[in-house]
Amino acid sequence: MSSVAQNAPGKTVLLMGNEAIARGALEAGVKVCAAYPGNPSSEIIGTLAKIAGEMGLHVEWSVNEKVALEVTAAASLAGLRGLCAMKQNGLNVASDFLLNLNLTGTDGGLVLVVADDPSGVSSTNEEDSRIYAKLGDLPLLEPATFQEAKEMTKTAFEMSEQLGLPVLIRSVTRVSHARGNVSLDEIPKASPKPRFENSRPRLAFPPVPTHKALHEKSEKARQMFEESSFNSYRGPETPELMVVTSGSGWMYALEGVINLNVRNKVGILKLGTTWPLPENFLLENLKKTDRILFIEEVDPFLENNVKEIYAQNCFDLGLKAFFGKASKNVPDIGELNPEIVTRAIQTLLSISYEPRPPDYAQRAHEAASDFVPSRTLGFCPGCPHRATYWAIKMALALDGRDGFVLGDIGCYGLGMGPSGFGQMKTIHAMGSGTGLACGFGQLDRFGLEQPVVAVCGDSTFYHAAMPALVNAYYNGANFLLLLLDNSATAMTGFQPHPGTGSTATGETAPVIDLRAVCEGFGARVEVVDPFDVSATVETMLRLLQDEKGVKVLILKRECALVSAKRQKNLYKVEVDQDRCLGESCGCNRLCTRIFKCPGLMWDVTTEKARIDEAICTGCGVCAGICPASAIRKEVA
Amino acid sequence: MFLSKDPFNVIIGGVGGQGNVLASQILGEMLVSQEYVVTIGETYGASQRGGAVMSHLRISNKDQFSPLIPEGQCNLLISLEPVEGLRILDTYGNPRVMTLLNTRPIHPIDVISGNATYPEVSKVISKIKELSRRVWTLNATEIALEMGDPIFSNIVMLGALCAIDVLPIHRQGFEMIIRELLPSRLLEENVKAFDKGGEVVQEI
Repeated sequence: MSSVAQNAPGKTVLLMGNEAIARGALEAGVKVCAAYPGNPSSEIIGTLAKIAGEMGLHVEWSVNEKVALEVTAAASLAGLRGLCAMKQNGLNVASDFLLNLNLTGTDGGLVLVVADDPSGVSSTNEEDSRIYAKLGDLPLLEPATFQEAKEMTKTAFEMSEQLGLPVLIRSVTRVSHARGNVSLDEIPKASPKPRFENSRPRLAFPPVPTHKALHEKSEKARQMFEESSFNSYRGPETPELMVVTSGSGWMYALEGVINLNVRNKVGILKLGTTWPLPENFLLENLKKTDRILFIEEVDPFLENNVKEIYAQNCFDLGLKAFFGKASKNVPDIGELNPEIVTRAIQTLLSISYEPRPPDYAQRAHEAASDFVPSRTLGFCPGCPHRATYWAIKMALALDGRDGFVLGDIGCYGLGMGPSGFGQMKTIHAMGSGTGLACGFGQLDRFGLEQPVVAVCGDSTFYHAAMPALVNAYYNGANFLLLLLDNSATAMTGFQPHPGTGSTATGETAPVIDLRAVCEGFGARVEVVDPFDVSATVETMLRLLQDEKGVKVLILKRECALVSAKRQKNLYKVEVDQDRCLGESCGCNRLCTRIFKCPGLMWDVTTEKARIDEAICTGCGVCAGICPASAIRKEVA
Repeated sequence: MFLSKDPFNVIIGGVGGQGNVLASQILGEMLVSQEYVVTIGETYGASQRGGAVMSHLRISNKDQFSPLIPEGQCNLLISLEPVEGLRILDTYGNPRVMTLLNTRPIHPIDVISGNATYPEVSKVISKIKELSRRVWTLNATEIALEMGDPIFSNIVMLGALCAIDVLPIHRQGFEMIIRELLPSRLLEENVKAFDKGGEVVQEI
């Protein structure tokens, strides 16, 4: 049994931050959970999907984040508890609904977890979602540890019901995607009956009175936060420096104080409730010192809002020096780590810090720069996207009109890099490749002569590209849409979607057929297998050069990592060492220099290509690329 | 067992797809079942696709530490790939660090394409030896391939880790965690891989 589902109060288990949030929701008696997968948030709903049956929950992968929030809000409006999770980009999608839901209010506890990705480790952007709490006057909690992730989730459900508002939890990669000890509590057995109260319609309209009611709720939230045990001060009564921090910053601050051995000089004010800020609690603590350092990930959210409170009360508080992102003591971009925080504290205390002997550091650095090659990200061995981009490169070259590829979000975003042969030229929001193609596809009337190509994954298509395709046909845009159908939401962990025939909880579902949808929207549709490289190139070229209109080519081939779970390799692939002519071939090492699948190697002793048997997944695509027919595939 | 430092900092490094996340999870579970306080920070997402990956484990008798190890404070490095070991020592190594190394290289696409070169493995090992207090090596990938699937390399490495006796872990603990985490049909093969690692690992 998953440790998340164990009803074992008092037991300590190792949980990922996302699992701890899921467990907190279970301990709060959640009934309806929904999300669109997006790292670093995916495991929250993914964990609950696995145990939905035994725990009696409805858990779904919704088609996008806005729908996911609507699904869980409906549970709330019927009196049940709902949990919605998303990454930072997802909240942008859901925000339109959220900024009306705050006005109508909610009934059953509704918790919205947004997991931010500082440095964009698994994202196209870096964004701080906390601003939405301020924008929407919504209560915001920020967990710093795994245990706290669980406890805050439970508290968030309670608060949501007390206030009649959705409550936001902002996590970050190093909380969501890290693991630590979590002590479990009881999972309740209550099963409330849902009912929508017809006598209380939920209307944001008229906006002014509902906005006023929202401000009153927000003030009530502030009063609750003044007493919250998630806010605490640890350190001397009159510290030389006070660190004000939240979330992941708290552990880094503790680490910095330990590294520098300055427990007697530096205090840490940990804020767990970060909107609305607990003003009185803050003012009380600001009196302890006149030097304050803010440690938080991404934007100066605490920094600016605390300064605002200070400005309002500066006559009482006297002069203070604030350090953080504005003063450049802490970087205002990228992820934080213990090192950055330790150095920031060290500089402000003017003390020395030497984590290791400098001569060792120099030797280690020299060894790395002499010997360690860079390791550029690329498609997995056997990935259909490599074959697709290869075909795109060939078809665009044969077409000869300098066509270009508008990209989208998913594994195939790596098409901008070497393993997609640099073919993808734009990347923005979900569905934006097709949306941009709607615009570029109108520019021929002004003289644009280049063919317009968009790529879009299957899951991304359902999420946000469908309206763009409708728009394209309706407004008469000219472009070729390549739908990269690998039958999974691969980037985030192979979650099912409306085209896969199964639900989040593993039940059979109707297949929303990509081809039928596109044809229904008026597009001309063809389907190829990207592993049949010559047929794919030929079809792409023909569609590029065909008459105007919206043309869709579905490149259908399952994600290699998904098929590997079910079946052994398709082929046994070998490089015939007699046939491979090496550097003298004239192919310019096509298989390794150009195609560069990680399953191939260039043997520096024989100066010929060979297969790395630890990596090759036997897709056989390289066999069709070698001009000397030296790469052989045999059915495995 | 007494931890020689608190927190005791372990890094498991390698290349996306080598199973370092599962290895760190199994190791973490083994330690938590013995009442240690463990924090694990991992690289996920895009870095999985053939990039350099790391898991940081902080092991303590009393406190939860941050999921990232500060510069120069790694106590034990478990590297699933040779040059990745050197890459990690560059930032986290110190004169007291111990290293357990899988000697089988995985070439980056930068090397495959000819834009970079992969150094001789013997040179990488001797550099790692110069930068570490103690070093143990084995070819875990070869053992896994002999077993029929390179996927077992991470488990071979965990077996080696148990044998070098640096952390308070044991075979029974491994079996218990594998029973919890993986389907029962996979137990025998995993235990076999674990035992093989222990037999083959050598201090150099």
